[in-house]
Amino acid sequence: MRVNFTVNGRKQEVDDVWEGESLLYVLRERMGFPGSKNACEQGECGSCTVRLDGVPVCSCLVAAGQAEGRQVVTVEGLADYARHREDAHPGTGCATGACGTPLGTARSRQAGDGQGTEELSPIQQAFIDAGAVQCGFCTPGLLVAADELLETQPSPSDQDIREALSGNLCRCTGYEKILDAVRLAAARQEEAVR
Amino acid sequence: MDFLRPASWEEALAAKAEHPTAVPIAGGTDVMVEINFDHRRPEHLLDLNRIGELSEWQTGPDTVRLGASVPYSAIMENLRTELPGLALASHTVASPQIRNRGGVGGNLGTASPAGDAHPALLAAGAEVEAESVRGTRMIPIDAFYTGVKRNALAPDELIRAVHIKKADGPQQFSKVGTRNAMVIAVCAFGLALHPGTRTVRTGIGSAAPTPVRAEAAEEFLNAALDEGGFWENGKIITPSVAKQFAQLASGACSPIDDVRGTAAYRRHAVGVMARRTLGWTWEQYRDTGRTLEGAA
Ligand SMILES: Cc1cc2nc3c(=O)[nH]c(=O)nc-3n(C[C@H](O)[C@H](O)[C@H](O)COP(=O)(O)OP(=O)(O)OC[C@H]3O[C@@H](n4cnc5c(N)ncnc54)[C@H](O)[C@@H]3O)c2cc1C
Ligand code: FES
Ligand code: FES
Repeated sequence: MRVNFTVNGRKQEVDDVWEGESLLYVLRERMGFPGSKNACEQGECGSCTVRLDGVPVCSCLVAAGQAEGRQVVTVEGLADYARHREDAHPGTGCATGACGTPLGTARSRQAGDGQGTEELSPIQQAFIDAGAVQCGFCTPGLLVAADELLETQPSPSDQDIREALSGNLCRCTGYEKILDAVRLAAARQEEAVR
Repeated sequence: MDFLRPASWEEALAAKAEHPTAVPIAGGTDVMVEINFDHRRPEHLLDLNRIGELSEWQTGPDTVRLGASVPYSAIMENLRTELPGLALASHTVASPQIRNRGGVGGNLGTASPAGDAHPALLAAGAEVEAESVRGTRMIPIDAFYTGVKRNALAPDELIRAVHIKKADGPQQFSKVGTRNAMVIAVCAFGLALHPGTRTVRTGIGSAAPTPVRAEAAEEFLNAALDEGGFWENGKIITPSVAKQFAQLASGACSPIDDVRGTAAYRRHAVGVMARRTLGWTWEQYRDTGRTLEGAA
């Protein structure tokens, strides 16, 4: 079947999708967005987390056909998404990701365009600065989940952070540096608002 | 495989009538796991995501009519006052990502004895609004679970909503698992005080082939509270009464040994949860329930 939806602000049309296929499979294997990771395919690890109409979900549990007509943001589009949020909705956020302004004015972050050097989102930068990335397999899902947390709760408590990231597993870091990274991004965000 | 995408409830019913073996998919948090692991290869998937009304709820004088696809996160956020037991139970489901997609309709569809909505629904009192092209029927929650992962739906029926009694007193939900997030219940217990009718209702999860109420325990407790005038005098429940209640709740279980726990542990833990949830809710009733009721 054919599925039409928007990925990182860009309309996409995908053909020959099998009806039982997951959104994760379509993103990775049919569209060349390998950012979202496939570890468990059963909702346990969160490494496939994307925003679906603004809502963080496990893309391995969304049937591709359910994404028809909807907005998806993956880690590849996170920097543009965050920039758009700052530009168009300073201090608040575009909760749906569907407010009408083209994301990053059509700046393509599709894998393969070789332009991996653009600016990172604040949460991505904080993960690097805090040393929250080891093997990196869990990182894309954590980034998408953490970015959404900071969008909805700009000054999260430690409890809020733990709760928001409770659906994302990491086998390397022991989580402490990940918590540090989120605290760092939150602090920088507060600084910027002040 | 065919992917059916009805745009309205009527279209969905027509599709289900035409293809009774079609598998409805709402949040997909049960269905997609089965498909990803090739445990299930349905001929038709029936996507319910486009039917907006399934994600809505209406609050009436006595009940909340909860659309089948209202996600757990929305229940936690918006229905804590009306449905405290279900909101607590929702919060224990999996992770934020799963709670953003999964809902009570899917939990009822799967009808796993470990589903966390069930003890809360049994304790609060609820009816399932099931509909087909043949018409609508209201299935009392006590009659909904018919066997291990079996429910009372006919092949051509879909769940449109669940009508849940609004809380008229304190409610609690307790769940045993190895961590707070992402845990299938070893066993779970829901309890609701209903001061309006001077009754207590319960629900047990993961300790019998289906979710069940601890009926003998309820009957014993209702009689004991009545006899002692507890609802009126608001005294602390006598320890021997609480103990007997816990034992009878344990007795309502018919658990199995499995990877998550032994039958003996489940029986024991259900008793402990019964005593604790009774203690918590009764404390709350003593603090607020009676004055609130008097003021209303
Ligand atoms: C990682 C993970 C952790 C989980 N942890 C928990 C947990 O802690 N507690 C818990 O209770 N559950 C848990 N689950 C199971 C699942 O999330 C719940 O059962 C959830 O309520 C299912 O809802 P859904 O909308 O995603 O259902 P779906 O997967 O879309 O559907 C589930 C079943 O219900 C049927 N169905 C759906 N909607 C309807 C309808 N309107 N009418 C008729 N049939 C319908 C479907 O055909 C299917 O058989 C977990 C799942 C995963 C993947
Ligand atoms: S791959 Fe989706 S949650 Fe693990
Ligand atoms: S950094 Fe390796 S799994 Fe998290």
